[in-house]
Amino acid sequence: MEFNFNIEGGNFSHAGAASSEVKKVLKQLNVDVSLIKRIVVALYEAEVNVVAHAYEGMMKVVLSSDFIEVTITDRGPGIPDISLAMKEGYSTASPQVREMGFGAGMGLPNIKKNCDKLEIVSKVNEGTTVKMTTFFS
Amino acid sequence: MTLKEIVSLLQAEVICENNHLDKTVKYAFAADLMSDVLRLDTSEMILITGLANLQTIRTAEMSDISYILFVRDKQISPEMVELAKESNIALIQCKQSMFRVCGELYIAGLKPIY
Repeated sequence: MEFNFNIEGGNFSHAGAASSEVKKVLKQLNVDVSLIKRIVVALYEAEVNVVAHAYEGMMKVVLSSDFIEVTITDRGPGIPDISLAMKEGYSTASPQVREMGFGAGMGLPNIKKNCDKLEIVSKVNEGTTVKMTTFFS
Repeated sequence: MTLKEIVSLLQAEVICENNHLDKTVKYAFAADLMSDVLRLDTSEMILITGLANLQTIRTAEMSDISYILFVRDKQISPEMVELAKESNIALIQCKQSMFRVCGELYIAGLKPIY
């Protein structure tokens, strides 16, 4: 099964809409609730990152009987130093993002905590690709 | 205590109940930073917050949190109510500060998550 969702950069009124759709699908498939929570929290953090930092993005969800693999690709400023961005507390978020309750430098570490495999590739002034994989067993 | 008892204790206003008023609430977590809420492993709690925007509701939805109490007389938009109804989340609102609300609910028996 494969799904694709567009993510609009800067539009906080829609931030989380894609993650919400994925949650509905996982519930319909009777995936364990604690596993659903881990998966959608990671997706939501990544979706908010696109809204907060990029111009636009795409979420591609691949579901198999054994795992869910989500790839979020954005067009945006990119991440100059990924290991620095992975450090808790490091943030380049704008005041607007902080007003929405985010931007404390906890997003990427929380994504890592909530998925089984995380790959990040980024190019400055082009964009970032975040690939998250979680196994069902 | 039940959500209804929380409403009564704080003289709070029920914005949308989604049939949760008689549910028992044991734990509470207070935060304006949604990133902190997303790091919690538990869902069985009421979220106490002064942050009133759509992302508060989305964060609760993703975290499987069913009850949100807005403090400091924060205004809740129709879009927030609509999303809360879709996500089966109860919203209540009170005028008191977060510190006061936390104190009153702690005395009344609600437990912290950690």
